[in-house]
Amino acid sequence: MSVLSRPKSPSGAAAPAAPAGAARRMRWWTPYAFLTPYLLLFSVFMILPIGFGFWTSLHEWDINLPAKPFVGLGNYADLFDPGSVDGGRFWTAMRATGIFTLFSVPLLIVLPLLAALLMNGRFRGRNLYRAVYFAPYVLGVAVVGFLWRFLLDGNIGLVNHYLGLDVQWTTDEPPVWIALVGVTVWWTLGLNAVIFLAGLQDIPRELHEAAMVDGASAWRRFRAVTLPGLRPVTVFVVNATILASANMFGQSYLITAGAPADRTKTAIYLIAETGLRQFDMGTASAMSFILAAFLMAASALVFGAFRDRSRR
Amino acid sequence: MTSSFSRRSFLGLTGAAGLTAALAACGGGTKIGSGSSAPASAAPTFSGGEYTGPKVTLDYWNGFTGGDGPHMRAMVEAFNKEFSGRIEVRNVTRRWEDLYPAMPTAISAGKGPDVAVIHNDWIGTFAARQTLIPLDDVVGALELTEADFIPAVWNAGVFDGKRYSVPLDVHSLGDYWNRKHLEKIGLTEAPADKDSYEKALAGLRDAGIATPFWMPNKWPAHLMFMSLLWQHGGELYSEDGAKALWGSDQGAQALGWMVEQIDKGYSPAKVAIDTQYAAFKNDKVSFTWDGIWQINDLKTNAKSLEWGLSPVPNIGGTPAVWSASHNFVLTSQAGKDPNKVQAAKFFIDSMSRQSTEWAKAGMIPARNSARQDPAVADLPQVGMAKDVGIFHFLPALPGVGDVQSKALELAVAKAVLKEASPAEALKEGVATADKLLADNKRKYGR
Repeated sequence: MSVLSRPKSPSGAAAPAAPAGAARRMRWWTPYAFLTPYLLLFSVFMILPIGFGFWTSLHEWDINLPAKPFVGLGNYADLFDPGSVDGGRFWTAMRATGIFTLFSVPLLIVLPLLAALLMNGRFRGRNLYRAVYFAPYVLGVAVVGFLWRFLLDGNIGLVNHYLGLDVQWTTDEPPVWIALVGVTVWWTLGLNAVIFLAGLQDIPRELHEAAMVDGASAWRRFRAVTLPGLRPVTVFVVNATILASANMFGQSYLITAGAPADRTKTAIYLIAETGLRQFDMGTASAMSFILAAFLMAASALVFGAFRDRSRR
Repeated sequence: MTSSFSRRSFLGLTGAAGLTAALAACGGGTKIGSGSSAPASAAPTFSGGEYTGPKVTLDYWNGFTGGDGPHMRAMVEAFNKEFSGRIEVRNVTRRWEDLYPAMPTAISAGKGPDVAVIHNDWIGTFAARQTLIPLDDVVGALELTEADFIPAVWNAGVFDGKRYSVPLDVHSLGDYWNRKHLEKIGLTEAPADKDSYEKALAGLRDAGIATPFWMPNKWPAHLMFMSLLWQHGGELYSEDGAKALWGSDQGAQALGWMVEQIDKGYSPAKVAIDTQYAAFKNDKVSFTWDGIWQINDLKTNAKSLEWGLSPVPNIGGTPAVWSASHNFVLTSQAGKDPNKVQAAKFFIDSMSRQSTEWAKAGMIPARNSARQDPAVADLPQVGMAKDVGIFHFLPALPGVGDVQSKALELAVAKAVLKEASPAEALKEGVATADKLLADNKRKYGR
C-alpha cells in the first residue's frame, strides 16, 4: 500500500518521472503476488472450512453414516420451526447465549476500566495489585468451573454457607445467571483490565497536563482526555468481549451442566453436543451459521456506533 | 487499477476456487464402514487354540475411570504377559461420556480402538453405524449360550441377525444407606418396600436428619425414574421402537413419587448435579440411589463413613431396577487387518473367561454360572442379583441415547426442578421422543 500511496504524498511530487516508472514496472498481479502467502493460508484455513461447513449444513450429514442425503435448506427450516425438536432446543440455547452476553459484556467493560484506572495510579505495591487482578485469568476453564461448581452449590457450597443464604446458584433461574456472569467477570476481568491499562499508558501525559493547566476537574479530564484516548482500545475490547461472551461454553458445561432443564445450555454448548456427541453435523453447521450471522450483525453495530462518535 | 482483471473478479475467482475445492473434498467424504465387513470375513474363523499370526498391537478402549479401572489394568497386564511377543494390548481409559462420541470418529480416522468395551444400549447404535463387526465365532468358541445369560443382556448384542458383543458383566442401580443414621431409628437394614421406606424417611427426619433423601435432577435421576416406571408396571419404548411409552400413568406415578420426596421435605429443592452423592459421602444424607460401581469409590474415598448397599426398594409394586451391562466389541478398524481381528478375538476370549476376577471391581458377572462361583458369591453386589428377573435394561434401539438425553432426561429434570408437573413434563417429553424415534427409524433405515 505504501508504494501505491507514495506518489500522492507531497514529498514524492518532486520527482514526477519516478511514479510513472514504478507504474510501468508494476504488473496487475503484483499486489496479489504480495498477498499470496497470506491468501493461501486464508483460503486453506478460512474460506475452505467455511465453504465446507456451509455445504455440510445443506445435508443430513451424520459423521459416520455412509448416506448423507442433500436436504437443501431443510436444516435451517427445521431450526426456524419452533415445533421441531432441534428448533426448540436451538432457540432456548440462543436465548441463553443472549442473556449471558447482555449481562456479562457491560460488566466486563466497566469493571476492567475502573480496575485499569486504579492500576494506572502510582502507589506502593502496584505490581502486586495488578498481578492479583490478572491472576484468575491464568487458570484454565476446567479449574475455574470445577472450583466454582462446588463453591456455589446451593446445598453444600461455601458461598451459601458464609453468606448465610439459601440460594440455588447452579440450578435455579435467575440466580444461575448471576453465578455464571459473576464467575466469568471474576475470571476474565484481568485480561480486559490489562488491555485498558495499556491503552491508558498510551495517552500522552501532556494532554492531561494541558487539561490540568486549563483547570479541568478530574471528572472532566476523564471525559475529555481519557475516554477519547481509549476509543480504539475500547472498540477492540467491546468487540472481543461480545464474541467471547457469545462463545461461552465451559462455564455452563462445568458449573451447571445446562441446569435448570437445559436453560443455561448456550448455543456453542448445543452446537458441540449436536455435532460431536450426536454426530448430527448438518444441523450443527446450520446452527453455527445462524449464530455467526447474529455475531456479524452485533460486530457491525459496535463498529457503527463507535464510528458515528468519531465523526462528531 | 486499469487492468481488465479487477480486484472484484479476482476475489470472486478465488472464492469460487475455494468452494470448488471444498466441494471436491466432500466428494470423497467420510465413507467408513461401507466396505468394512469384507476384510473382516477374510480373517479365519475363531476357534480358540493358539494365536499363530505375526505380532500385532491392539488399541483397547474402555471407560473404567472409577474404582473399576485398576482391576481392568491388572487384567490387561496379565494378558500382555501371557501373550508377550505376540499380542500387545494398549489400554486407553476415558470417561464414557467422552468415549462414545469419540469412538466412531476416531475409528473412521484409523486412530480409534480395535477392541472396546461398550454398554448394552450402545450396541444397536454402533452396529447400525457399521462401527462394529460381528463376533458370532467367538461366542461359539466360548461356548456361550443364551441360557447362561439374562435374556435382555444377551439379546442386546444381536443386530440384524448377527451377534456383535460378548457380555462381560451386569451392573445396576443400588440403594446406599448410612448405617449410623439408620441405627438412630432402630434399623439395621434398608427398608425394602414403599410403606417402610416412607416410614423410615419420616423417622429419620424426626431423629434430626433434616433431609435424609436428596432427589437429583440430573444423573442418576433418569435411572431412578426408569426403575420406578418398571416397578409400577410401565414400559419405556414400544417393541418396534416407534413409540415412547414412558408418558403413561405409570410414568406419572413414578415421577410423582420422586417429586413427592421434595414436597414432603425429605429432599431440598433443586439439588445440583452430583450433590446428593457428595452429601452422602459427608454423612448428611441417609439414602442415595447410585450405581453399584461406586462401591470402590466409597471404600477408598469415604473411609470414615459407615454405609450399606441394598437393592433399590420396591416402591411401585413389582421389584425392578435399572441395569446395564458392559460388552466387548470388535471394531471396523480392526476389520481392516485379519491378524488384528484374530488377535482381538483371543483377547476377548481371554478376558471373558476372567469374569470372576472382574467381579472384584464392583460388578456382577454376566454369566449365571459365574455368579455361583464361591469366589464371588459373597460380594455385596452379587447378592443383589439373586433374582435377575428384576433387572431391566434400556432397549438397544439405534439412536436411543439421543432420545434419552433430549427427551426423557429433560422431562425428569423439569419435573424434579418443579418447572412442570410430572404429567405435563412427561407429555411434552414423549411428544419430543416420538419425533426423535421417527427420525431415528428413517436415519438408521430399519
